[in-house]
Amino acid sequence: MSLLLEIGNGTLAVTAVLTGILLVVAATVIAKLISPKSYSVKKSDTFECGIPTRGQSMIQFKSGYYIFAILFLIFDVETVFLYPWAVVAKSLGTTSLLCIGIFMVILVLGLAYAWKKGALKWQ
Amino acid sequence: MFDFGKWTSAFNDLLLGCMPEWAAVLIECVLIAVAILGAYTVLALFYILYERKLCAWFQCRLGPMRVGKWGLLQVFADMFKILIKEIISIKGTDKFLFRLAPFIVITSSVVMLACLPWGNGLQIINFNIGIFFVLAVSSLGVLGILLAGWSSNNKYTLIGAMRSGAQMVSYEISLGLAIITIVVLSGTMNINELVWQQETAWFLFRGHIPAIIAFLIYIVAATAETNRGPFDLPEAEHELVAGYHTEYSGITFGFYYLAEYLNLFIVSGIASLMFLGGWMPLHIPGWDGFNEIMNYIPSVVWFLLKSFFISFVIIWFKWTFPRVRIDQLLAFEWKYLMPLSLANLVLMAVFVALGWHF
Repeated sequence: MSLLLEIGNGTLAVTAVLTGILLVVAATVIAKLISPKSYSVKKSDTFECGIPTRGQSMIQFKSGYYIFAILFLIFDVETVFLYPWAVVAKSLGTTSLLCIGIFMVILVLGLAYAWKKGALKWQ
Repeated sequence: MFDFGKWTSAFNDLLLGCMPEWAAVLIECVLIAVAILGAYTVLALFYILYERKLCAWFQCRLGPMRVGKWGLLQVFADMFKILIKEIISIKGTDKFLFRLAPFIVITSSVVMLACLPWGNGLQIINFNIGIFFVLAVSSLGVLGILLAGWSSNNKYTLIGAMRSGAQMVSYEISLGLAIITIVVLSGTMNINELVWQQETAWFLFRGHIPAIIAFLIYIVAATAETNRGPFDLPEAEHELVAGYHTEYSGITFGFYYLAEYLNLFIVSGIASLMFLGGWMPLHIPGWDGFNEIMNYIPSVVWFLLKSFFISFVIIWFKWTFPRVRIDQLLAFEWKYLMPLSLANLVLMAVFVALGWHF
């Protein structure tokens, strides 16, 4: 049924990863071989607006994004917990509703708390 | 339905018959790599033309017309042009991360492509946690974009990468919840089994109300996930030049371009797999003659047509809605879409527990 069962999924996944790497390496090598090369000081400048860029760009950045990243972490882990439940939900029947109900209430309380605290407001 | 698995098993037996096992495995792996590369390139080229033509038609233009008949060869010209452009090294960049970023973006999209079922027996990686694996790999792509923006040492790229990071991680939750809704209905994460379960009817019809809501949520989240349409803030060209890939030139820029189009295909492919039956033809229970006729259309055609249709919808969004602001974007996800997807998940759980689905 499945393609080449004998190989096994691990090998196939590794093959896919190697293919991706190979694609990037091969395309870069070809491009390096056939593309022109020239150097000038101006050319290697950061592209901003024409005048020399001021200061570093790898700096501390707006914390608004950071709060959303933390929120994401909570909800992503929760999504991971939901997968095993989702697979067996059908066979558990109404018990599954009870399990997920308790889980969801706690989760929604967390979201409501973050919302109330203003974590979802963009400042 | 024609089973491609027969061909591949016959080929496998043929190879095993005339050489030791390690050599057969090696040859098969090389062939698979070639197949992936071919599919990747052809799809990327097709999608570039597809989007340009659709954009043009939405705006009452003709689109590319000069190179080849109806501009069909335009993409090859574009690809060749991008290959012969110089790769500029910018001063002040973090060299290692700057080079590493395209690898992550491309590799994640290649692995996702290898997980998609193209037809009956035409699937490369078939984990029993298939759809979960696809989601896990898709979140690696964000890492490449963040690295690209950070390592370029440019204010535009930094803002673009941060926007992209916030956007992609936020919408990933809704995307995941929409998929979980279908996993609840099906009770499996194996992609192959997901498709076979839709033999009687597609999940969109089997799950009716919650499945349709999940489908809509998925389409919106997928649009945001691929940085497209009204959610293309990371590359908002009026504000940020080109967003996170401003400093990339030549083929290194091309990698982001390729990965973007491939991601569009992959999210459409997953949508067609989860909601529209993947490669499974349209079957209506009871209409045996109709089902038989539908079986004559090859499974690959079904899968591609469904995926292209969903891509069409996503491209359509871009020309219909104006771009949103970053605060609107995040508020929309966290205040509307995510609570809605959680409620929809509970609704689906109720439907499944009470047996209200088909």
